[in-house]
Amino acid sequence: MLLLVLQEESEYTTADRVKEKMVDRATRTTLASIPLLRTKAGPRDKDAWVVRLKEEYQTLIKYVQNNKEADNDWFRLESNKEGTRWFGKCWHIHELLKYEFDVEFDIPVTYPATSPEIKLPELDGKTAKMYRGGRICLTDHFKPLWARNEPKFGIAHAMALGLGPWLAVEIPDLIEKGVVTYTQKTDS
Amino acid sequence: MSVAELQKKVKELEEELRRVKHGGAAPREKITEMSGEVVDTNPYSRLMALKRMGIVSDYEKIRTHTVAVVGVGGVGSVTAEMLTRCGIGKLLLFDYDKVELANMNRLFFQPHQAGLSKVEAAAATLESINPDVTFETHNYNVTTVDNFDHFMSRIQNGSLTGGSVDLVLSCVDNFEARMAVNRACNELSQTWFESGVSENAVSGHIQFLIPGETACFDCAPPLIVASQIDERTLKREGVCAASLPTTMGIVAGMLVQNVLKFLLNFGTVSYYLGYNALSDFFPTMIVRPNPQCEDSWCKKRQEEYQAKLAAQPPKEKEVIVEEEEVVHEDNDWGISLVDEDEPAPPPGTTSVVSGLAEGITVAYDRPAPTANTGAEEVGADDATSLDDLMAQMKAL
Ligand SMILES: [Zn+2]
Repeated sequence: MLLLVLQEESEYTTADRVKEKMVDRATRTTLASIPLLRTKAGPRDKDAWVVRLKEEYQTLIKYVQNNKEADNDWFRLESNKEGTRWFGKCWHIHELLKYEFDVEFDIPVTYPATSPEIKLPELDGKTAKMYRGGRICLTDHFKPLWARNEPKFGIAHAMALGLGPWLAVEIPDLIEKGVVTYTQKTDS
Repeated sequence: MSVAELQKKVKELEEELRRVKHGGAAPREKITEMSGEVVDTNPYSRLMALKRMGIVSDYEKIRTHTVAVVGVGGVGSVTAEMLTRCGIGKLLLFDYDKVELANMNRLFFQPHQAGLSKVEAAAATLESINPDVTFETHNYNVTTVDNFDHFMSRIQNGSLTGGSVDLVLSCVDNFEARMAVNRACNELSQTWFESGVSENAVSGHIQFLIPGETACFDCAPPLIVASQIDERTLKREGVCAASLPTTMGIVAGMLVQNVLKFLLNFGTVSYYLGYNALSDFFPTMIVRPNPQCEDSWCKKRQEEYQAKLAAQPPKEKEVIVEEEEVVHEDNDWGISLVDEDEPAPPPGTTSVVSGLAEGITVAYDRPAPTANTGAEEVGADDATSLDDLMAQMKAL
């Protein structure tokens, strides 16, 4: 069913849509390798949330391992001990240069019915493809896709379906416009 | 100069000082009792005239009411201003955002307020417009765990008398915040209104939600006004959302009009009222709760409401049975039409879910979750502790 949705949505002709379409194809394969979650619990659910949090970590670890194996390692995340605040780094390789950004988000009280709103604070105000506070603007099909698949989708899926495609489309554009410039970071 | 003359001079200077301090306009003194006297110094005379004309039976009652406005943006700020001018008793304002110059295509905020928190800036302006209103501001995000309990406690204890507020008005701009308001109101059994403007700025809606009695925000996919624009031709390149002060002003007007009708008990309150700006079409409908709602508190409130109906004398029950017959057989969401005399919808609008009024559609279909990405589920009885998993993640 998921495949069907992505195909339906990818018949657009504008430049953005073509780029999204390319992203979708890659995303489809990625998605198949991210484990699905079992427990429907949000951060106010005490014990059930701890179970869910373990599942979140398990899927994230698997996803990052997959990315490394596929030579497509592109983010690191960690959380506070309650698992309500997440932060880390994501990066995008463009013409052999690594562009790295801080990423952060809170787990909303209505999670997993609503997805987390991923933020890239450094890019706040630099692109119109963002809402206030550096929240990334998701494609039209992200929300329906999340709604159809919750609670089986978790943070790893939000990264793969939300932030991944966003970076792939927006960062080259921001580099081209000169809004984002390369700066050497200490880690390699 | 005589003492009297000096006293007069002091008074004049005090008045001038007050004017300068408040940017030219002196705030008026508080008014202890609303009067209907028609004099140019009475800010309530035209409102109290509603009584004389027989529209409202007891307008002064508005001063006993408390309303919480969540989201003080394009719709919320105008909503708060209207309620302030109407002489509402108390307003609670929630928003975590700051005023930006990019907001200046909207009403209410002014360029010199850029950089201030929206709730702080709004309260300052509103207080000068009507010092009789009590304001309480909270500069935080209601969707996070840290703030949610406090948010709920203010809904529960924030009224003028320390009890529940009379209404919560959701004027937020995103799904997550609407869902948070929905959750809070379901848990607290709090009556509320939801409002929204589409991201293409040419439609909007308001919805009246009574937990258990009408659909909650989670009972069905979000209901939106059919835009007649083929989503596939809608260009979103380079922007997230457009906005117009007109659409936001109209939605705020629709919202406050229904708030006044509810609080002051006149006319009929619309359960769902849409606005299609392209054709000036205003669809209305009522949405019944979904017995399979994902929100457990919603289901609890539905049971309570059904029990309440069952306990009522049979005559009233008959009316309810009639209403329920309107529910369409093939209707997944328990959505039923009450007003069948809608004007003909503009061409090109279709309902995705049957039972929706013409011109109203769902934001997306939401069938039963059937995730099939080809992926396995995570191991259920993984003995690794959370701390170990966190450490593993860090070591990657
Ligand atoms: Zn519900």
